[in-house]
Amino acid sequence: MAANLERDAVTGTSTTGHEWDGIKELNTPLPRWWVNIFYACIIWSIGYWVVYPAWPLISSHTTGMFGYSSRADVVTELAALKARRGQNAAALEKVSVEEIAKNPALAEVAKAVGRAAFGDNCAPCHGSGGVGGKGYPSLVDDEWLWGGDVATIQTTLKHGIRWTNDPDTRIGDMMAFGKTGTLKKEEIDTVVDYVLSLAKLPGGEKFDEAKAKDLFATNCASCHGDDAKGNKDLGAPSLVDQIWLYGSRRADLIETVTNGRAGVMPAWAGRLDDVTIKSLAVYVNSLGGGK
Amino acid sequence: MNDVRHPDAEDTFIEGPLYASAKRIYPQRVQGTYRQIKWALLAFCLAVYYFLPFLRWDRGPNLPNQAVLLDLENRRFYFFFIEIWPQEAYYFTGLLIIAAMTLFLLNSIAGRVWCGYLCWQTVWTDLFMAVERHIEGDRRDRIKLDAAPWSVSKAVKKVSKHFIWLMIAWWTGGAWVLYFSDAPTLVNDLIFFKAPFTAYMWIGILTFTTYIFAGIMREQVCLYMCPWPRIQAALTDDKALNVTYLYDRGEPRTSVKEAARLKSAGEAAGDCVDCYQCVNVCPTGVDIREGSQLGCIQCGLCIDACDTVMKKLGREPRLIAYDTDEAIQMRLKGETPVYKFFRARTFIYLALISMVGGAMIYQLATRMTAGINVIHDRTPLFTPLADGSIRNAYTIRLLNKRPDVRDFAVTIDGVVNATIEVIGVPATADWRPVVTVGPDRTREVRVLVSAPRASLTDKSMPIVFRASDLFAGEVVTEDDHFHGPGN
Repeated sequence: MAANLERDAVTGTSTTGHEWDGIKELNTPLPRWWVNIFYACIIWSIGYWVVYPAWPLISSHTTGMFGYSSRADVVTELAALKARRGQNAAALEKVSVEEIAKNPALAEVAKAVGRAAFGDNCAPCHGSGGVGGKGYPSLVDDEWLWGGDVATIQTTLKHGIRWTNDPDTRIGDMMAFGKTGTLKKEEIDTVVDYVLSLAKLPGGEKFDEAKAKDLFATNCASCHGDDAKGNKDLGAPSLVDQIWLYGSRRADLIETVTNGRAGVMPAWAGRLDDVTIKSLAVYVNSLGGGK
Repeated sequence: MNDVRHPDAEDTFIEGPLYASAKRIYPQRVQGTYRQIKWALLAFCLAVYYFLPFLRWDRGPNLPNQAVLLDLENRRFYFFFIEIWPQEAYYFTGLLIIAAMTLFLLNSIAGRVWCGYLCWQTVWTDLFMAVERHIEGDRRDRIKLDAAPWSVSKAVKKVSKHFIWLMIAWWTGGAWVLYFSDAPTLVNDLIFFKAPFTAYMWIGILTFTTYIFAGIMREQVCLYMCPWPRIQAALTDDKALNVTYLYDRGEPRTSVKEAARLKSAGEAAGDCVDCYQCVNVCPTGVDIREGSQLGCIQCGLCIDACDTVMKKLGREPRLIAYDTDEAIQMRLKGETPVYKFFRARTFIYLALISMVGGAMIYQLATRMTAGINVIHDRTPLFTPLADGSIRNAYTIRLLNKRPDVRDFAVTIDGVVNATIEVIGVPATADWRPVVTVGPDRTREVRVLVSAPRASLTDKSMPIVFRASDLFAGEVVTEDDHFHGPGN
């Protein structure tokens, strides 16, 4: 300490020599231990500069003795993740989708993969949880246009429905009977009222039963069947159950028969890998609607 | 640092430096009753802490055999015959309430007796002080040593002291991690550097805190960090036993010769000879003669020190003793003091402890070894089926808290003609899907419940899920709702 240090009379503490309007600043240093830790941190940081990347250069930076790079860390971790997923993927790749569904351990993995893929790819149309909507089939009920077992779901996923880019896509047409002039307005009314009566749905009007049966046999039965229970090979829905993709009111049915319906589902083969499609099939099947 | 102070500076509160260096305390060695009790408790507490993880407890083939184990990885806590699942963490709430109430009860009986005898800060500080005394000598030697210039012998003493401190601290941290994993395996892994990084990290943290708290900070922890002295001051009364200087007997303080002179002249003379032994032995450096205070941890070492002096002087011991403020007041009035253990306060604490403890024991004795949790699907709330009936989907988690495999039949109640299906589990002939759950495990299954439209009297109907152990007959239930479009 210098000899000419000024001391504050009241506290006995030396001053810093700074003075503002007669107020002098007391020199109250920080606790020694605090200052020592602060200095130790500074020294420690020099070690950081030496061993880790620290200083920017013109086109690069100092790399440090350890050669550490956070980018390299990410690459290693991603590779490890890929390897871990690879084990599961290899297991799912080897066996058929039916075998996956039967094996509880594999099914568990497939459902986890499927759940994630479903949220990314399927939920936008089919809704979260597979609830569906008008024109987008529910995946949780027990009615399946093209069949609900895992292998059928897998085929649907791979090739899509009315996805013309895929030669193996599922094709089935609900004709626009009104638009094309095949059926007249009164004939459509008659056949709609007949279908409403078959499905025991409310809202139907009186109709000529003989004429209706004749119209149904000529125009509808080829796809929907003589008993109106549908045909899964053609994607023709049953007309006697309680599930109606485009609504079950009289007006909905008239619209369907007049204009036809042709919902499209894309083919996922090529977009999603085989393992993901298999997993999706198992997951969708487990939602509750699977056969 | 600034050592020159104005002579008046001591008496001013606001002016002067806000930061004061801690006054170094050199507690002197002491012998006596309370020192003996403290040694015994210290040995007991440390033995429990360091060796408990090695105690084995056979729980059968599927469970760990460590008597006390906090298995964070598998989310189980084992304490001898008790196994706690995460869902039962409320037991810890009960334990904490009991711990707090016991602390309050001890406080109403004998003040901060916890601080003086059982607190880990006291126990480890005592141990560290014993090491220090062994290497550097007693109070005078240590003061002399610290004041002496650096020499080889001083360096040897200081280095060996800190080395032994660090070793104890390291062992303390090492024992801590053993509570979280199988102790013998972990010891082996630690020696061969195969243990997980977190184990080494925690040993490092605990080594650091033990060394700093018990070696360097000591009474500073009690004075500045611990909340209990503050709470205690608000909880105490004048009926609790506290380490007390019997000023009615001790004052006025005089030397032995002066006391003899005063007494012969017929004047009053106290028993206190002002020898400062009580201050010298105090681990927190307080003067007990100033009365009950924040710094006093009620360890009773000043009692031992004063008794030694009184014995030498041929005076009555216990000039400093466990006594109550009330007793002093009564003695001053010439009455005979009585210590009342059973007061409203002690009764209330005892009652609370037995209530909470009783409730916990009852809970533990009657708790289920199975459990069922039901979560209704959020989307969709219900699904219409082709035949017009309505289906609800649920996720059910079955808990098996026993160390063997168990089969649970899952059934429902509350909705007429409802059927149940568990995905991936075949239904038995009587439509009761049977779910197998592994030992000490949980299993999550997706459950579909379907009911005809005619059964649905409301948009939301209560439904009960029941899991029945086919072998032991234990039945657990959970309430939920069955949603539909209404009737």
